[in-house]
Amino acid sequence: MEIENKTVESIPAVTIRFAGDSGDGMQLVGTRFTDTSAIFGNDLATLPAFPAEIRAPQGTIAGVSSFQVQIADFDILTPGDNPDVLVAMNPAALKAHLHDLAPNGMLILNEDAFEEKNITKAGYKVDPRQSGELDGYRVFQVPMEKLTKEALEEFDLPGRAVLRSKNMIALGLISWTFNRPLEDTENWINDKFGKLPEVAKANIKALKTGYNFGITVEAFHHTYVVEKASLPPGEYTNINGNIGLSWGLIAAAKKANLDLFYGSYPITPASDILHELSKHKNFNVITFQAEDEIAAAAASVGASFTGKLAVTGTSGPGLALKSETISLALSAELPLVIVNVQRGGPSTGLPTKPEQSDLMFALYGRHGESPLPVIAAKSPSHAFYAAYEASRIALKYMTPVILLSDNYVATGSEPWNLPKIEELNNLDTNIITKLNTEDGFLPFLRNVDTFARPWALPGTPGLEYRVGGLEKEEGTGNVSYDAANHQYMTDMRAWKVSNIANDIDKLEIYGDESADTLVLGWGSTYGGITQAVNRLNEKGVKVASAHFVHINPFPDNTLEVISKFKKIIIPELNTGQLLKLVREAFLVDARGINKVSGEPFTAQELTDKIEEKINE
Amino acid sequence: MSKIPVTYKRSDMQSDQEVKWCPGCGDYTILASVQNFMAEMGISKEKIVFVSGIGCAARFPYYMNTYGVHSIHGRAPAVATGVSVSNPDLSVWVVSGDGDSLSIGGNHLIHALRKNVNIKILMFNNQIYGLTKGQYSPTSEEGKKTKSSPFGSVEMPLNPMSLALGAEASFVARSIDMDRDLTAGILEEAKNHKGSAFVEIYQNCNVFNDKAFEQLTNKETKVANRINLVHGEKTVFGEDGHKAVVIRNGIAQIVDTKDVDESEIYVHNIHEENPSIAFSLSRLSHGPYGPTPLGVFRKVQRDTFTEEVHDQINNAKEQKGEGELDKLIRSLGTWDVS
Repeated sequence: MEIENKTVESIPAVTIRFAGDSGDGMQLVGTRFTDTSAIFGNDLATLPAFPAEIRAPQGTIAGVSSFQVQIADFDILTPGDNPDVLVAMNPAALKAHLHDLAPNGMLILNEDAFEEKNITKAGYKVDPRQSGELDGYRVFQVPMEKLTKEALEEFDLPGRAVLRSKNMIALGLISWTFNRPLEDTENWINDKFGKLPEVAKANIKALKTGYNFGITVEAFHHTYVVEKASLPPGEYTNINGNIGLSWGLIAAAKKANLDLFYGSYPITPASDILHELSKHKNFNVITFQAEDEIAAAAASVGASFTGKLAVTGTSGPGLALKSETISLALSAELPLVIVNVQRGGPSTGLPTKPEQSDLMFALYGRHGESPLPVIAAKSPSHAFYAAYEASRIALKYMTPVILLSDNYVATGSEPWNLPKIEELNNLDTNIITKLNTEDGFLPFLRNVDTFARPWALPGTPGLEYRVGGLEKEEGTGNVSYDAANHQYMTDMRAWKVSNIANDIDKLEIYGDESADTLVLGWGSTYGGITQAVNRLNEKGVKVASAHFVHINPFPDNTLEVISKFKKIIIPELNTGQLLKLVREAFLVDARGINKVSGEPFTAQELTDKIEEKINE
Repeated sequence: MSKIPVTYKRSDMQSDQEVKWCPGCGDYTILASVQNFMAEMGISKEKIVFVSGIGCAARFPYYMNTYGVHSIHGRAPAVATGVSVSNPDLSVWVVSGDGDSLSIGGNHLIHALRKNVNIKILMFNNQIYGLTKGQYSPTSEEGKKTKSSPFGSVEMPLNPMSLALGAEASFVARSIDMDRDLTAGILEEAKNHKGSAFVEIYQNCNVFNDKAFEQLTNKETKVANRINLVHGEKTVFGEDGHKAVVIRNGIAQIVDTKDVDESEIYVHNIHEENPSIAFSLSRLSHGPYGPTPLGVFRKVQRDTFTEEVHDQINNAKEQKGEGELDKLIRSLGTWDVS
């Protein structure tokens, strides 16, 4: 659709935020725009944000749901800081998000929702369009509801169903503004509503109406294009962290020649892992929706005893409930992966917001001396590899492993350069099928390199053995209250875990290695920290970064890396948990940049704060 | 299960670990009953898994020369669910006590029964907390004086048979430690049952709650107090069968046999789909006091969780083919960058 007087401006990147009522379909619009941009070849990163309530009262701030996406023609690592474009479907969405909009940003309002009732509900005393507070932005008022009704008049659909399509007006208009073709979304609509052709046609009509509105209305004649990014060559898919993590588990099971067992109790934001794995039964995946968090973990221990790659997934409060069961797996020395998709805490906290505040709990949240490996995913696509690595360690070392993700990694998405499946390493297990001594089977006779005990599976004749949470005698595994044996077994369980330091990737330095300052991070702050280091290096500020995937044990070169720098800065979405660990383990005067607002760091925020710390 | 019948001696089923219950504990008798039964049940011992929680009874797996997990308090049904669904070929047995099953593990018990997981749950009910040295349990009688209830327990006890029936259990039975034949018969019925089986075994704790079941074991009183439930037989009990059970308006009642027409006497049917009569039988006593039914209350067939999970997996493989990682990671659509 060429238009004579259209001005197309090429820009390197744009951040767009769609905001509306929970029922307005903003997540869908955002996802569609993202997928179209991914197929076009942009680099991108997304940040969905939704309320914990499924349908909070319409028109209120509490009910606002949003989706932010940054698309770029270069390699980006975050979903952008302040949006350049804000689409607000009602006054509440405007009120909740306007303060983030970049100066002179483009503001698209659903004009029809700005009735007095909605304006009051959003908490405005006067219509924000008249109060002057929108000065400094480029405001476009679009009668989205009127357009939808007119466009869909020809269809035999009830009134409420008609208005549901107004999100397609918004998507069409944004597609026009950023020169995105509609074909991909049209195909998607036809797929989704295959059984309801009338609804499919209506949605496509609304989409096109939005697009054509851009063509017709003079205000929109200035459009933008973000060119393809020069990403490394390869085949890409757009992946979010929960799906990446799920696939990593499936891949690990397959490469270990085991079946996957996933025990879980529904909890935000981890439930999507349960949903995803439930779809893939043809990979011999057993998903078990348990009666509670404890049963989910306990059944996973039973599955592990029986020879499955056993995984139990949850979020913060659920991890607390699983604590005793994790200790059992640790004491019985059974492989188990515990996934914790962190959210704001304590207690029910902020169920739909990211936080990194369970690190200490993952490390120390058990009774007794109970060390276990802790691994963290740093981005949506990395969640695949982190899940693979957690499984590798659990199986190789016969130990429970805690895998930390968070809401930001879990629900955000990014392009993933697909790995070659045949190049993923096979995973070793300690499965034993024959006696390991001439005199009989010793279930706690350890591998001399890994200290792992053999894994005898029920069904194997001659290896019948009993295991439990009482202290075991080294070798025989019989219950033992012997003083020296308990000392030995406690030390052995700790050695086993610390020994893993030699079997994991080294800590790598990124950025300016000659700098005096090192920014250390873990988990989902990876994108923000890396972007900040890039920005600082570009403007001549000397700084480097390093990012932990393994937090227990730390990679064996950690001290060497830390010793190269005079100043260590640790940004975290908590009040300083890695900070304490690093100070304690390496006796360095590290400083934290900490935030627990339920929001991730923006790249600019980190850039500014790191620079401040450097200059302190 | 193994196709060739396997028989063992009792000693083959015994592990090399010394049994450490208190001398005179009812658990010894039950262990002997179970070991004798297992030796002849025709399943290879590598296919047998015992799972327990915490408590005196929970030490049971250590004494069986099979696979075993001594897990954590109350969670044995959940652990056993993981074992059973992971390998449907296994014969999975849970050993638990009244505190383990009905107090800390109540949630797991009801859900394992509801789901009809293919596990056999043996709950040794001694109506006391033994391992923690004598506090009242969820089956202790009201008024029970213990260390934690010096003025008498003020709690209504649970009726384990009623609870299991209410939890949609497909197999519900009760035995008593001293009656080895009854226990062996119930174990055989449980073994042959597809799905979860719940077996309460009254067990004397001679240290903290001695003679709790005396009315059912004492020579003088047991004939009057044991209502033996036998499938297909008239429910009469007492000396010369002078007492009988009848069902009136759906409610089980005890009557003098001579006062009723013979045709009114309840003929026990373990396969009755409707659990109401079994429930009503479970209400004839609330604890081992007075006439108390023993035997199989209910045994009905329905789909098991264990099998259905695997049916779904097999269906998925038939429909979609064995999963391929290469296809999986491309399933959301891809694009090429060159």
